[in-house]
Amino acid sequence: MTDIKIKIENLYKIFGPKPKSVLQRVKDGMSKQDLLEQHGHVLGLKDINIDIPAQGISVIMGLSGSGKSTLIRHINRLIEPTAGKMIVDGDDVLAMSKNKLIDFRRHKASMVFQKFGLHVHRTVAENVAYGLVVQGTPLKKAKEQSHKWLDRVGLAGFEEHYPSQLSGGMQQRVGLARALATDAEILLMDEAFSALDPLIRTDMQDVLLDLQEELHKTIVFITHDLDEALRIGDTIAILRDGAVIQQGDPQDIIMHPNDDYIVDFIQDINRGRVIRLRTLMSEGTAINGLALNQNMVLEEALPLVADTAEKACNVVDDANNILGSIDLNQVITGLARPKVETNPENRYR
Amino acid sequence: MDWLINFLTEFPQMSRQGLRDMKKMIDGSYREFSREYGEAIESFFDPLLWFLVKFEELLQITPWPVVILVVAGLAWWGARSWTIVIGSIVSFLLIGWFGMWEDTMSTLAIVSVSTFICIALGIPLGILMARSDRLQSMVTPVLDIMQTIPAFVYLIPVVMLLGIGKVPGLLSVCIYAIPPIVRLTNLGIRLVEKEALEAADAFGASYKQRLFGVQIPLALPNIFAGVNQTIMMALSMVVIASMIGVAGLGVPVLKSISNQYLALGMMNGLAIVVLAIIFDRVSQSFGLRLQKHRHGAQHD
Ligand SMILES: Nc1ncnc2c1ncn2[C@@H]1O[C@H](COP(=O)(O)OP(=O)(O)OP(=O)(O)O)[C@@H](O)[C@H]1O
Ligand SMILES: [Mg+2]
Repeated sequence: MTDIKIKIENLYKIFGPKPKSVLQRVKDGMSKQDLLEQHGHVLGLKDINIDIPAQGISVIMGLSGSGKSTLIRHINRLIEPTAGKMIVDGDDVLAMSKNKLIDFRRHKASMVFQKFGLHVHRTVAENVAYGLVVQGTPLKKAKEQSHKWLDRVGLAGFEEHYPSQLSGGMQQRVGLARALATDAEILLMDEAFSALDPLIRTDMQDVLLDLQEELHKTIVFITHDLDEALRIGDTIAILRDGAVIQQGDPQDIIMHPNDDYIVDFIQDINRGRVIRLRTLMSEGTAINGLALNQNMVLEEALPLVADTAEKACNVVDDANNILGSIDLNQVITGLARPKVETNPENRYR
Repeated sequence: MDWLINFLTEFPQMSRQGLRDMKKMIDGSYREFSREYGEAIESFFDPLLWFLVKFEELLQITPWPVVILVVAGLAWWGARSWTIVIGSIVSFLLIGWFGMWEDTMSTLAIVSVSTFICIALGIPLGILMARSDRLQSMVTPVLDIMQTIPAFVYLIPVVMLLGIGKVPGLLSVCIYAIPPIVRLTNLGIRLVEKEALEAADAFGASYKQRLFGVQIPLALPNIFAGVNQTIMMALSMVVIASMIGVAGLGVPVLKSISNQYLALGMMNGLAIVVLAIIFDRVSQSFGLRLQKHRHGAQHD
């Protein structure tokens, strides 16, 4: 988990006619608002530094307009940066020649889009085979692969349909299959599930998590939905106005939000379904009693702990080594929403 | 006071002499230009002329039942509709019955050749225009002029340069008919959704893969509308082109105008309309058939 796959260094993106001319002002700390009013440029991204670990799901979240799409499009360079580096496996994507970049997009990173981005003139199977065909894979093999992946995302039998004949959820399965079919190590997902309704969305999250269990891709997942971020993210980075304001272990962010904006974000989450035992346990204090996995969420743990005679349980890792213990009181306080003092005057919006 | 009234009521005009000299100068230099280069330009078009003449001959010497069979076959291949096939057969039989077979074959030849030329030049030009805003802003006004200038006006320089005959006729038909295909190809490609293109880019499509795999297929409805309009305009230009020596249905129409032959004019005019309808239906349903996804799962 500690291998760094993608290293984003001092990345800046300014939209406008002469981005380089205002770069220094942004570096000196000019705000997005001032930049727009005084210089007519839009600040897209500001000094982004993120390390994305290999084989995990890294979530980038933020409200609409915070720069999420802009950021993820820098990873495969659909957008050119104003300054900075994007190191993938030791290579700077932003310095690649045209051919090398095409090669990178064909083999190293594939993408799933919020609005699906399917080709309406191709059948479902042809859409899934698209990346392979672009690579130059022989048609027969591309077709086999495409059928295999359609099967994996649960769309066997729809090969010869056209995208317009499928529901939104099914279309995004096609988008996912298309991205998986190229065998790229990196999967970029820009609000891939945001256009789907809640039930289908949870469904798709399950599909993704199941696939990830065996594929171990490096996934960069964009969302504006905290529940989704917490459900699937191994790490989370939060963007606001083009800058990262907090990143790290999701549990850590919930327990120690470092800013009003994040406090606002986490206010309405269902803590019982999000906070895990390892976050609340008292370390190193073994007791006599039931053992619960460290990654169990409070909602599941509550009845179990309450049922024990001791009103407490041990917390263990996957190999059943005892890490610490937790009692009923800790679980219940963990469920309560912490009181937050927010001054309405200096809120972010 | 007087001069002011004069000034206001009479437009201040260039002197007659000056105007005459200017026109003379332009005419003279153009005449010189055509004397100098006319032949070279004409021989440049020789292959085209050869093609047109051979094609027309072929249509003329082929026995009429064979032509009708081929037309019916093409209609079936393009439209896959019995109504259109039977309609075409009946129309051609009527055209022959009323004695317009030869003229119709000539018209068919020139319309086919000029449509072919317009497509061969117009689609690539439209593609280039879609790629470059600068080229678009340069070509659009030229297309505007080509579409609005009265056809008779550009017949003059064409005739001065190339004389009277098939080549100048073909050229003027092409000038008149090419704007829609250029415009609609450009428009169609520019209207392709950003998402579809972004997906192609993200999967590493090269310029060619992008163009032929995404942009052109998605622009097809517009491109076909352009082809269709180009054919229609070529047909409507046939009458005017007959003034400068293009054989075909336009010749009897011109004759009827000068001699007030109502029946002859109407019949030949209707023959042009019938050709137009057949071309229109066949090209439109062919365009639709190319886009299977538009009628869903139904395959043929
Ligand atoms: N091509 C562009 N030209 C100018 N400004 C742009 C451009 N693309 C994005 N922006 C600006 O950059 C900022 C970030 O946009 P971005 O699309 O990355 O946001 P986002 O976080 O993905 O939002 P959403 O959740 O709505 O998708 C916005 O203020 C937007 O107006
Ligand atoms: Mg976005």
